[in-house]
Amino acid sequence: MNNNIVIHAHDLTKKFGNFTAVDHISFEVGTGEIFGFLGANGAGKTTAMRMLCGLSHPTSGEASVAGYNVYKQQEQIKKNIGYMSQKFSLYEDLTIVENIQFYGGIYGVKPKEIKERTQILLKKLNIENQAKSLVGSLPLGWKQKLAFSVAIFHEPKIVFLDEPTSGVDPITRRQFWELIYEAGNQGITVFVTTHYMDEAEYCNRISLMVDGKIAAMDTPANLKQQHSADNMGDVFYALARGAKRSE
Amino acid sequence: MIKHKIYKQFTAFIRKEFYHVFRDRKTLLIMFVLPVVQILLFGFALTNEVKNARLLIVNPTENAVSGQIISKIKASKYFTVTNVAHNTTDMESYFKSGNIQCALIFPSGFNTTSLKNNTIQIITDGTDPNFSKTVTNYLNAIIGEYLQERSMLQQVPLQINSEVRMLYNPEMNGSMVFIPGVIALIMMIVCCTLTAVAIVREKEFGSMEVLLVSPLKPILVLVAKALPYLVLSIINLIVILLMSRFALGVPIRGSLLLLFAESILFIITCLAFGLVISNSTNSQSAAMLISMMGMLLPTLLFTGFLFPLENMPIGFQWFANIVPARWYFLIVNDVMIKGLSFSGVWKETLVLIGMSVTLLSISMLKFKTRLQ
Amino acid sequence: MRKLYYILQKEFRQLKRDKMIVVIMLAVPILQLLILPWAADMDVRHVKIAVVDNDQSSYARQLISKITSSGNFELASHTFSYQQATQDIEEDNADIILTIPPHFERNLIRENKQQVSITANAINGIKAGLGTAYLNSIIRDFNMQIRVEWLPEAVLDKNLPIQTTSSALFNPHANYRFYMVPAILVLLLTVVGAFLTSLNIVKEKEIGTIEQINVTPIKKWEFILGKLIPFWIISLFVFSLGLLITRFVYGIPIVGNIGTLYLFTNLYIIGILGFGLLISNFSQTQQQSMFISFFFVMIFILMSGLFTSTASMPAWAKVISNGVPITHYMKAVRALVLKGSSFMDLWQLAVYLVIFALVLNMLAILSYKKTS
Repeated sequence: MNNNIVIHAHDLTKKFGNFTAVDHISFEVGTGEIFGFLGANGAGKTTAMRMLCGLSHPTSGEASVAGYNVYKQQEQIKKNIGYMSQKFSLYEDLTIVENIQFYGGIYGVKPKEIKERTQILLKKLNIENQAKSLVGSLPLGWKQKLAFSVAIFHEPKIVFLDEPTSGVDPITRRQFWELIYEAGNQGITVFVTTHYMDEAEYCNRISLMVDGKIAAMDTPANLKQQHSADNMGDVFYALARGAKRSE
Repeated sequence: MIKHKIYKQFTAFIRKEFYHVFRDRKTLLIMFVLPVVQILLFGFALTNEVKNARLLIVNPTENAVSGQIISKIKASKYFTVTNVAHNTTDMESYFKSGNIQCALIFPSGFNTTSLKNNTIQIITDGTDPNFSKTVTNYLNAIIGEYLQERSMLQQVPLQINSEVRMLYNPEMNGSMVFIPGVIALIMMIVCCTLTAVAIVREKEFGSMEVLLVSPLKPILVLVAKALPYLVLSIINLIVILLMSRFALGVPIRGSLLLLFAESILFIITCLAFGLVISNSTNSQSAAMLISMMGMLLPTLLFTGFLFPLENMPIGFQWFANIVPARWYFLIVNDVMIKGLSFSGVWKETLVLIGMSVTLLSISMLKFKTRLQ
Repeated sequence: MRKLYYILQKEFRQLKRDKMIVVIMLAVPILQLLILPWAADMDVRHVKIAVVDNDQSSYARQLISKITSSGNFELASHTFSYQQATQDIEEDNADIILTIPPHFERNLIRENKQQVSITANAINGIKAGLGTAYLNSIIRDFNMQIRVEWLPEAVLDKNLPIQTTSSALFNPHANYRFYMVPAILVLLLTVVGAFLTSLNIVKEKEIGTIEQINVTPIKKWEFILGKLIPFWIISLFVFSLGLLITRFVYGIPIVGNIGTLYLFTNLYIIGILGFGLLISNFSQTQQQSMFISFFFVMIFILMSGLFTSTASMPAWAKVISNGVPITHYMKAVRALVLKGSSFMDLWQLAVYLVIFALVLNMLAILSYKKTS
């Protein structure tokens, strides 16, 4: 661990009535890290992430993101993060360029820079010819890559990705992770939830959630070693066997 | 054996449909609150009659006759005398600000010994023509009544009197016009709109395909979908009838059984309409819009319960004939208020049956082509 | 401020692409304005009368011809049988029956007194009321005519009734459309404002983009203004279009000051847009928001005095009516368009509208939460 902690959580808890969705979780994430948040459906991943993004008030515990408190400084947090939700987050009835322009604009990127960065982005994703087509008409894989690029368009310190690759084919998933690595190399911290165990291998460090609690947290290699498993799937199976809630 | 199995599937399916309907609490609440609120508003708040019209009296020369007329006006429930003035200076600004709706102006030098050539002026705010006509008539009637009493007292010869009798609604209960209309409106909302939206929702979520590959016949799938709404409509009908009978005092003069039978016929027509709409669209919002614009508005406009059909251009009157609610409205009016028996409504009933059969055939045909 | 520009740019781009919404926003209001006023005509023009003439004398014929030439009545049937006439009422062929007794003429002259009877179908109270009033005044006139014919001037002079003349201000030809068209304009603004605004925001909830917006540093007021301004502009456009139709299709002169009219309109639009926002904050699906807005808009319309006079409402209903923004705007529009009232005549209504705009938008902003 280095001194550049960008996400810090201590005993963070969220209750919905009697149901404890997130149960006293504590962890830290450093700058430039790719931090994976694993767990079965309903384990509490999304709820935890929503609290960190300032979309949901924690019930108790402490947390800070980019040095800002999640209780009081939610708006400051929002200036420093990017977010890609589980539901598709671009406007299908706007073109690629219009979507970029809109999100860039509301994050306060200067018009000139929006133009320049848009050109670079289109080239990188190899969609220059589609710049004026409606997002709704693109294949899902393209949409996801575009959504990610839009989420880091304003060059945030941290980007939160909520199951970004669900429903896309293995090749696109591969390409998607190349984009994630590139962002990591630029110094953007990546906080990603997933339930694909092979993706877990790509992360620098992962935390495994079971029934709202963190069951294990380490590098993928260490985890495999501890549970003497060949792959993350077996690690997950060993830890999640006793889970009470899963769909 | 197979029949038994299908029957079991069918009941299980119906149960599922009931769960769907009864789980959406917000919609359910609106469906039950809506008729109650409508009945209360129409029954107690809304009236076509004129009451408490704000009246200005201009009385330059006070005397016994004008005094008697004014006290007669003040005693009637139709008017509230807001101002009494000696001249008409402020009248126009009162009209413009809406402080008064009508004015009664006695002539200056109003004379009691000979009433000849004494002209009283009635001025009304003509923005609402009905209101202004009614007010004019009431004022005329009050003055006429005063004169009649006077001439009877003085035994003027050659007296023609009239005796007035109000049929069906002697207390002039204003709710009576509205109740049959409200019933038709509610049935339309519950059966037509909700059924259409419910079916289209299944289409949107793709679960319709799953149902259609089940061994149940398509017609049974549709019947099961419609059944909860049929039950809801009947509950609504009972609530409306109880409320109108006991809260509003609108009597049910004809046979209750006939009223229910006719209502079920109308419900079936509405459900069939809902089916046709659901077969022609693929999105919930389109189904909503079509049923709102296509069904609710015509039901409001063309049944004759808010606006008299005879005033409409001939094309509209013709159009009104294809609105099912119009016929149901006539039936409810005849059975409930006038107390007619089946022989009085058989024509309207036949029209409704014809409409149901046509609509059901259309929806069945569309349904089949969609399957192929 | 620059962020607001980007939000607005996005909203207009989306609107431009949504053909359905554009059609609904433009075609529906125009169609409604062109159709509704023809249908929504509550004017009582022709009362259908069945005459049971048991006398067949010259006086009876004179009375009947006086009735048919008055312009208020349409002779439905002319029979000798009361039973036939009641059947006409049952079948809605007649609204009112006048029964002239046998030997009416002979007995009037012999006994100096005769009574005719009037029987009205009172289900439609307003028609029954107006019909009997018209009929009574014709009978009184007829009575006068006979007295003039038979009595010496001295007797007459003493008992000649007071004359009344009546006139209706602002709408002298009692054109019902003068009353309805401005009201329908108000209705359209309400529907566009409440329904479309709430649908638009709920749609973002349904597709999930609202979450993406909530995680950006956009401020609440920027987002809300970004949503309101496009609909504000659309509402103003719809209103202006409606005003042109009012003026040039219906030929209704706009007597009042246009600037004042737009001032009131802007106040109202702000309020009703806030109301649309409020609904969207409380609904999760487009279907729910439609139902909730339908429910409230319906109550608003019924209580606003669109169809029925608010003056005739009982006290508790007047309180509700005053709590509905549309009531005050409707009064203002009718007064400005038809009566030519000035701002000073209507300042109280403006105060109401300002309060509604403030309260509704405050509630909307308070209940919109970026964080759950």
